[in-house]
Amino acid sequence: MSWFSILISGIVTYFSRMAMVALIDREMLGAKVKEVLNYVPAAVFPAIIFPGVFFNDFGSLVQITDPKIYGAIIALVVGFFSKNVIATIFSGLLSYWFIIFIILK
Amino acid sequence: MLSKSKIFFKGTAAVLPHMLSVIPFGIITGAIGVELGFDPILVYATSLIIFGGASQIIFMQLLSGGASTLVAITSVGVINSRHLLYGAVLSEYLEKLSFIKKLFISYFIVDQGFAESNKYIKQNKNLPNPHYYILGTGVTLWLCWQLSTISGIILGSFIPEELGLKFAIPLTFLALIVNDLRKLDHVFVMLVSGFASLILFDTPFKSYIILSPIVALIAAFIMLRLKK
Repeated sequence: MSWFSILISGIVTYFSRMAMVALIDREMLGAKVKEVLNYVPAAVFPAIIFPGVFFNDFGSLVQITDPKIYGAIIALVVGFFSKNVIATIFSGLLSYWFIIFIILK
Repeated sequence: MLSKSKIFFKGTAAVLPHMLSVIPFGIITGAIGVELGFDPILVYATSLIIFGGASQIIFMQLLSGGASTLVAITSVGVINSRHLLYGAVLSEYLEKLSFIKKLFISYFIVDQGFAESNKYIKQNKNLPNPHYYILGTGVTLWLCWQLSTISGIILGSFIPEELGLKFAIPLTFLALIVNDLRKLDHVFVMLVSGFASLILFDTPFKSYIILSPIVALIAAFIMLRLKK
């Protein structure tokens, strides 16, 4: 790992953050594109959530009985009803810990 | 009318729950870099210069595994290209700022900050100076990320692995979309993205992170077409 490789990676990453904010004029985006942009959170985050729940550290699918799946389902239900960030995260984590430390011990 | 600092700290408060995953993740990132045998200064430099959790870990792992610099940089670029989508959404709220301010704020655009800002600003359409909210989320996440990677570099991975705190990462991202779970069109797009990511997981350079959102946005586009 060299300063050069970090610097180039940093420039590439900064460009990805800055390009649409500073270089693109919003007039250039059509009405349809703006409409589709409403779905950005829905389109991006599941691609981080699903692999995090359904794959293990070695990149293979987990069993259907994996504690992560139960934790995620509980977080999903709590999130659905509470619409609350803290409740979602804690319910998922606590139920996950309950399974791995109490039930499976 | 809310003062600028009040708006900033509202942003700070909104991202605080996400520290549950950001801090352990930062510690792990710092600790992994040192464990892989890299100079601590260089490990920290990735947090300051690249500033993108998953991409930093992949970057260091690839280089320590003998991958070429080009491959490592490409992976970082692919993983972080999702910020283009965040920028496209946030640009609506940053339109009126000067070019220099846009350049400055851009550095602080991060997943959780983007999602919380977008949610809040959409619900408070008349918010004056919405960029202070975005800055509040971004600067807070930035500061915690810097401090937690530094502590990981110095102290090693001091959070017991048995706790499985890695699982907090998908959970915080889940928490970012719970507001939209009642909207069927959004749930449809989520499912497309999620299943696409499982199918595309083995694509090179971790490109499933950007390919799945693209597939999902195309699905959203088609869905909007069919609705009309």
